This record gives sequence, C-alpha cells and structure tokens, in this order.
Amino acid sequence: MIKAMDITVTVNGEVFQKTIEPRLLLSDFIRHELNLSGTHVGCEHGVCGACTILFDGMPTRSCLMFAVQADGHEIRTVEDLGTMEDLHPLQEAFQETHALQCGFCTSGFLMSILPILEESTDLSEEDLKRAMEGNLCRCTGYQNIRDAVQLAAEKMSSGGES
Amino acid sequence: MKLPLPELPQFDYIKAESAERAIDLLQEKGAAARILMGGTDLLVRMRNGALAPTVLVDIKNLPGMSAISFTKKDGLTVGAAVTMNALARNSDVLHHYPLLAEAAESVASYQLRNRATVGGNLCNASPAADTAPAALVLEAELTVMGPKGERTIPAMEFFKGPGVNALEAGEFLARINYSNPPKGWKGRYMKIGRNAGGDLAIVGVAVMGYPDKDAPSDFRFRIALASVAPTTIRVHEAEEILAQNPITETVIGMAAEAAQEAATPIDDVRASARYRNAMVKELTRRGLVDVWSSLKKEA
Ligand SMILES: Cc1cc2nc3c(=O)[nH]c(=O)nc-3n(C[C@H](O)[C@H](O)[C@H](O)COP(=O)(O)OP(=O)(O)OC[C@H]3O[C@@H](n4cnc5c(N)ncnc54)[C@H](O)[C@@H]3O)c2cc1C
Ligand code: FES
Ligand code: FES
Repeated sequence: MIKAMDITVTVNGEVFQKTIEPRLLLSDFIRHELNLSGTHVGCEHGVCGACTILFDGMPTRSCLMFAVQADGHEIRTVEDLGTMEDLHPLQEAFQETHALQCGFCTSGFLMSILPILEESTDLSEEDLKRAMEGNLCRCTGYQNIRDAVQLAAEKMSSGGES
Repeated sequence: MKLPLPELPQFDYIKAESAERAIDLLQEKGAAARILMGGTDLLVRMRNGALAPTVLVDIKNLPGMSAISFTKKDGLTVGAAVTMNALARNSDVLHHYPLLAEAAESVASYQLRNRATVGGNLCNASPAADTAPAALVLEAELTVMGPKGERTIPAMEFFKGPGVNALEAGEFLARINYSNPPKGWKGRYMKIGRNAGGDLAIVGVAVMGYPDKDAPSDFRFRIALASVAPTTIRVHEAEEILAQNPITETVIGMAAEAAQEAATPIDDVRASARYRNAMVKELTRRGLVDVWSSLKKEA
C-alpha cells in the first residue's frame, strides 16, 4: 500500500509541515505546495540548473529529488534573497550588468552562485567560470553573467549592502 | 489551486533504519525495490519510464555510509553514500589518491556532485561511470551486505554489462576500499565530454603507473577506459607493452594503439564510434605521457 508521508521542512527560515506523496518532486513541492514559483523548472532531468536551490546550504537540483527526502532539512530558494524594493547585491549585479533577458535561468544561477560568494568574494577567472558551470542560459550568453558574478563579488566584499 | 497530476507511478519511500531492514525489503520486494542514494541516475530513469519501482529504499543514513577513512595500513575506505564533492575535497583523497579526486570532480556539475554518490556511480554500472576506471586501476574492493552477511567483490569483477553489476538479490553496496596503491604511483583521469562540465564522458581514460624493479621496463602501468565498451574495462594488452619495453614515445604510442584496439565503441547522441576510437588512443597517449613525466621526475 502506498503511503502519503508527513514531512517537516524549513524553507527560507519558515517551518512547513505537509502531507505529501513520495512521488512528488521537490521542485514541484516548492512551486505547487509552497507556491514559491521563483524556482524554475526547465529540463527536469538535472541538466539545465534552472531548479537549483540550497539544500542544507549546498546548491542542489530540486528536480532530481523527491520532496520526502527534504524531511528534517533546510532549504533556501531565490525568494530568500532580496525583495523588489531591496534587492540582494547579487540580484543588483545581475540587473546592472544585463545578466538576464527572459530571466528563466536567473534564479538557478543566483542560487548556484550565492553560496560561493558567501564563502569567498576573492574569485579567480577560473572560480568565476566554475561558479557558472552547472547552469545553462539560452538567451543572454555567459559573458554578462560572468560580469555580474564579478560585480556581485565586489559589492559583497565591500560590506554587502551597496 | 489545482495541482498538476504527478506523472510518476506511485511508490513507497522507506528510510531504512538498519542494514537488516534494507536487506529484508530488497529480498521481499525483489526487482520492485530499488536503493535510492543521490537519485541522480534513478530519478532520471524513473522519469523516462525505464524503471518503475514500487519501493525506494534510502540507505544513505546507515552507519558508515557517508564516512571516508584513511590509514597507512588499510588505505582509503569510502562509504557508498559519499558524494562526489565530499570525495573530491577530502584531504586524504587529495593527498594520497589524487586520481580519485580528479575522477570524482569530472562528474557532471557542482550541484549534481552535491548529491551524486560514489556507490550510486559504481552500482549504476554505466559504461560512462567516471569513477569506475579509477576503481579498476586502483584495484578497489567493494564490500556488499546481504542476506548472508558481508562479502567483498573486486572492482574487476563488479561490472557485468551496461547497467548490470555483480550484486545478488538482497545485496547492497556498503563501502569501497582502495587499498594502498604501490609506492611512488602517479595517476590521471582524462575525460572528454561535449562540454567542460556537466556531461557524461564521450571517452574517459584512467592511467596509473608505478616503479617496479621486477618489470623489464622498471615500471608498470594500469589503464582503464570509460564509454567505449559495454562496461568500463582494463586494457591489459597495453599494460603489458609498457611493462615489457623501455618506456619511450614510440612504446607509449604502441600502448595507446593497443588501448584503441581493445575499445569497441558505438555511435550515440554524444559522439560517433569513429571519433571515440581516435580519442581513446589520444587520451591514453596523453595520460601516459603525463604520468610518465611525473614518474621520471621522482626516479
Ligand atoms: C545531468 C546529469 C549529468 C551526469 N553526468 C555524469 C558524469 O559526467 N559522469 C558520471 O559518471 N555520471 C554522470 N551522471 C550520472 C550520475 O549522476 C552518477 O552516476 C551518480 O554518481 C549516481 O549516483 P547517485 O547517488 O545519484 O545514484 P542513484 O541514482 O541513487 O542510484 C543509481 C543506481 O544504483 C543503484 N544503487 C545506488 N546505490 C546502491 C547501493 N549502495 N547498493 C546497491 N545499488 C545501489 C540504484 O538503485 C540505482 O539503480 C549524470 C547524471 C545527470 C542527471
Ligand atoms: S529543471 Fe532541474 S536541472 Fe533542469
Ligand atoms: S536569460 Fe533567458 S535563459 Fe537565461
């Protein structure tokens, strides 16, 4: 007999208790159960990075996990960054360097890059490239995104709130 | 709000609280039960309909599954649930087994490596598994747990066919032991994918070499290939050439050709068989040149 399961998961600092089916993907859980639609779903098999979230602080593909696996864990999504009025320096940097066009890939890039910048803002060219290696962008190209990461590193090293 | 219907068939998710429970479930449910580790292979195969298990048994939390330990006597022991990023960043691995770190680091993208496990990579038994050639040249031993207790399977006997491993009913992989390789060894994992990060190997070649006074050339090499045969393979013919003849560029070229001959690649979405064939030779050559120059520096 297939059992629905109770899970408790902390998302962006808030604790949620839900009863869900084991087959529910974590990406669908975030989007449809929690209504946090900032996490995007592109390829749904681990290739594009659009669905990247922080799982216990580590960038992870939410399309390659079941929501039941998040029981007892902590998740951060793009909604945990800034607000429309008060963008996070990383978001500001994306805006200022035109690092997005349609924006579909953006939340995935932000969540991949965020922990890297939180760990260190002193990035080599190689580090910049590696920060982006797991995400695809179909419209902007990567140069502006690279520039955004660099600008964000500058903003965040000089005290964060620019 | 109306939810879209999930497309996956229903299944139960069970976090096994003991090895016995996991083994019982695997025995009781047979092929309908699957071990879930990082899920980066399993979810993809469930999503595309290739697999439809009715029970997923999560064993990541069993004791020792995520442990990495190193001793001078026993070498390196890696729990099956150790992730690629954990392996690639471990100081003992970087220091004593750089080849293994290089192989783990070559898997997919950073985000995937936070979930993808070494045990999953080996058990999935894909011919493209990037840590399998390293396991072959390091002659790793895989400890599995099952209804009859523990047993050890040499990596050389573990890969049986595409997606087929040597595990028997009710068994799961618990840990991998990479015993101390011969003194003075050097190794490289050379990989070509369609892009620098994030893709399966078109060709992967692991090369390791070490000084051995009993070999006519004073050195022995071990070579293993990914993505060019139904399983990852060792190429003993090439290894023999390098043991029997003083190492020169010509001899390295002969060994690379022997590796190419041992390969039986196919055409697929990633590359043609012809390209793979050429690349086996070239990557083997580059790997050998690299390892040989590191060995010479210390000789
Ligand atoms: C976008 C993408 C890119 C990828 N790129 C690469 C790449 O470059 N190189 C590469 O090698 N792989 C790649 N892979 C494949 C995959 O990520 C790796 O093989 C990974 O190491 C699998 O580990 P896992 O923990 O996710 O395994 P899972 O998906 O959890 O398990 C894989 C299989 O092994 C079985 N299994 C797992 N653990 C055990 C155990 N302990 N005992 C018995 N059976 C077990 C499972 O039942 C399942 O059938 C890629 C996958 C994706 C989606
Ligand atoms: S939607 Fe998850 S990686 Fe593309
Ligand atoms: S901005 Fe459109 S996909 Fe990246």
